[in-house]
Amino acid sequence: MIFQLILIFIMIILAVAAVIFKDLINAVVVSAAVSLITSILFYFLQAPDVAMAEAAIGAGLTTAIFIIAIKKTERYEK
Amino acid sequence: MRRIISLIILAIIAVGFILTFSQIPFGKDKIDVANYYIKKGIEETGAVNIVTSVVLNYRGFDTLGEVTVLFIAALGLGAVLFVERKVQKNASNSEDESKRASLILRTGSNLLFPLILLFGAYVFVHGHLTPGGGFQGGAIIASGFLLMYLAFPKQSIDKKSSSVVESLSGLVFVGIGLLGLIFSGYFLTNFLPKGIPNTLFSAGIIPIIYVAVGLKVGFELTGIIDDLMGRSR
Repeated sequence: MIFQLILIFIMIILAVAAVIFKDLINAVVVSAAVSLITSILFYFLQAPDVAMAEAAIGAGLTTAIFIIAIKKTERYEK
Repeated sequence: MRRIISLIILAIIAVGFILTFSQIPFGKDKIDVANYYIKKGIEETGAVNIVTSVVLNYRGFDTLGEVTVLFIAALGLGAVLFVERKVQKNASNSEDESKRASLILRTGSNLLFPLILLFGAYVFVHGHLTPGGGFQGGAIIASGFLLMYLAFPKQSIDKKSSSVVESLSGLVFVGIGLLGLIFSGYFLTNFLPKGIPNTLFSAGIIPIIYVAVGLKVGFELTGIIDDLMGRSR
């Protein structure tokens, strides 16, 4: 239980950081970390199916698609 | 002024959420539908994984809708990016030999790629026995292809055969639904024998549909990555 609370706390910090960062690559990486922690929490809540989907899509593919999009447009938020 | 208004609106929404959620008993099995699925799921569908039995048997039509939504999203992205790709094809042939990925990335992805494909296939073939299923397995396969795209940016999958696989698996899903309509009277009803639970060939139509969904999702997401990578600035 303590472990999960620590994870939730880290997750909130990372989510706020994702909004604050001006460098969009940093923001994307941080939000991928949020997805990863979400997937661990899903596993603790006994939902392994959702955890797998979250880890594969949220932390893996979405991050890659965002990074490709950032590479083709602009890296820094104005 | 705008900040104050948005803060007030946020506070109202928060109070609404707290009031609503405090009414709901947390962690108690008050929902009859869930209890029914847990008690009767294995017996009625033959799938040991209850999530799968809900996703593909009780709520199979919703899953068909989900697959359709993903298909339309991929189609829209392809349509938006289509114009740019033709111009780029004859432009970027001679340049950037130095842009190759590093040796470690290339060797590592050559080693890992078949294993990732195998794991993805395992996840969707065993969808009715272990956690996972078509969507998860498809996403894993697509991430394997993504690794290959990162290691070898010049090469791409054969668009023609991948779209053939994708459309065929979509047709298999709908076709099995129609066969259910013919044999048992309802769309997407199980018409095959359920077999012994906990074995690979059990649960009737569920494994067939999950293989189709896995291939479809995998190649669709790969197509999205291909569309995005192929577009130059």
